[in-house]
Amino acid sequence: MHCERNPTSKGFDLVSTITELQASSRLPVILNEIKTLIWKEVTLEWRQKYALSGMLLYVVSTVFVCYLSFNLRRNQLTPIVWNTLFWIIILFTAVNAIAKSFSQERFGRLLYYYNLCSPQAIIISKIVYNSLIMLLLSGFGFVFYAFVMGNPVGDMGLYLICILLAAIGFASVLTLVAGIASKADNSATLMAVLSFPIILPMLLMTIRLAKNALDGLDWSVSSDEITTLLSIDLIVITLSYLLFPYLWRS
Amino acid sequence: MRKIWWKILCIVLIFYVIVMGIMGPVPHLAIINESIRNTYYHVALWLAMTTLLFASMVFSIRYLSKGRINDDDIASELAKSAIFFGILGCLTGSVWANYTWGDPWPNDPKLNGAAVGILIYLAYLLLRSSFEDEQRKARISSVYNIFAFAVFIPIIYILPRLTDSLHPGSGGNSTFGSYDFNNDIRKVFYPAIIGYILLGLWLAELRVRIKRINRVREEKLVSTSRI
Repeated sequence: MHCERNPTSKGFDLVSTITELQASSRLPVILNEIKTLIWKEVTLEWRQKYALSGMLLYVVSTVFVCYLSFNLRRNQLTPIVWNTLFWIIILFTAVNAIAKSFSQERFGRLLYYYNLCSPQAIIISKIVYNSLIMLLLSGFGFVFYAFVMGNPVGDMGLYLICILLAAIGFASVLTLVAGIASKADNSATLMAVLSFPIILPMLLMTIRLAKNALDGLDWSVSSDEITTLLSIDLIVITLSYLLFPYLWRS
Repeated sequence: MRKIWWKILCIVLIFYVIVMGIMGPVPHLAIINESIRNTYYHVALWLAMTTLLFASMVFSIRYLSKGRINDDDIASELAKSAIFFGILGCLTGSVWANYTWGDPWPNDPKLNGAAVGILIYLAYLLLRSSFEDEQRKARISSVYNIFAFAVFIPIIYILPRLTDSLHPGSGGNSTFGSYDFNNDIRKVFYPAIIGYILLGLWLAELRVRIKRINRVREEKLVSTSRI
């Protein structure tokens, strides 16, 4: 882990210097922290490659299972079923990929971050990093899915925008929920129970937008869905930013 | 605890709503006919539930800013009575839908949103039950409670308005209030909301008191066993 800031001078400092530091140049400090933390996540992921490759393999094998299961009646796979199936695969991938974002870190290391960085920087960096991971996973998943199951998409640009919005949205909702669930004992069950109802409106909006893209409708038709998705994303990210410090303290 | 007037008010209002809701005059509309009386029960229950959930969220915010365990007790019990009202609201809505739409649970965005909303709060209860330590439980479930309310409002009140829905008040349909020419409905509807809110507060208050008593007893038990 290459933190640019020196832990001995700034990490375990007195309260007065920290507040002074925050008051003098709050925004640049946070931006700097976020950058460092994202870089840390990337290096960590790169060192233990099994996590990312495991998720990629998860997507591939799920898609392949779906392909084989629908093999009997290939011609009956309507675009609606194609679309829904794809988003459900992405949903489960997202839950599995993001659930580990807090639980994989050991307690001592969390304590180290606690002393070093502000909680806002941590949650924003986690959200950004998880969005990147989700973009990678859903992009890869889409390419493989389209390769195996056929590609009925009419408007490719809109579909890619849809994937982008969904990746950011799923990542931001699930990051906070993963933070909550990681504090409990049976976090795997809790993760699913807590996140599915909350993510449902986002999933439905995404499926509707993706359906418009699939049919190649005009972009003006789907502007409603895009603004709704963006506003849900905004609400969720603001809430995560405000609430995470309380979660972090325990 | 000494103030008993609001409990009497609650009982009077609820009896008034039951009697006037069934006997009072209502506007006559085609198809809906007398089933418009369900406004007093179903709609008022859901509005009371939303108010209680809002109050629960306010107490969660207060807990996070002040750190008193009492606030969290109140928040959780308010949420519980709100869930009770939500389930009652679903049942009354189902009965009405059975006679008006011919199906107790048609596939409609508003209804599905309601079901998801109740699921969110059931998950809140599950989250609460999975912690042992009180302060930790209080803090984490408060965070989830605030988050849940912020998601609940779009699911129930905003998303159904954007789409086609059978439900009155969403998808371009008007609410029954616009047919209320003589203010007949209003005379019972507003008291109904206040009555249900008071009832919910009463339920929550009783349960909070039980919790406090149990806590005091536990502390006594611990202190006596130590001696």
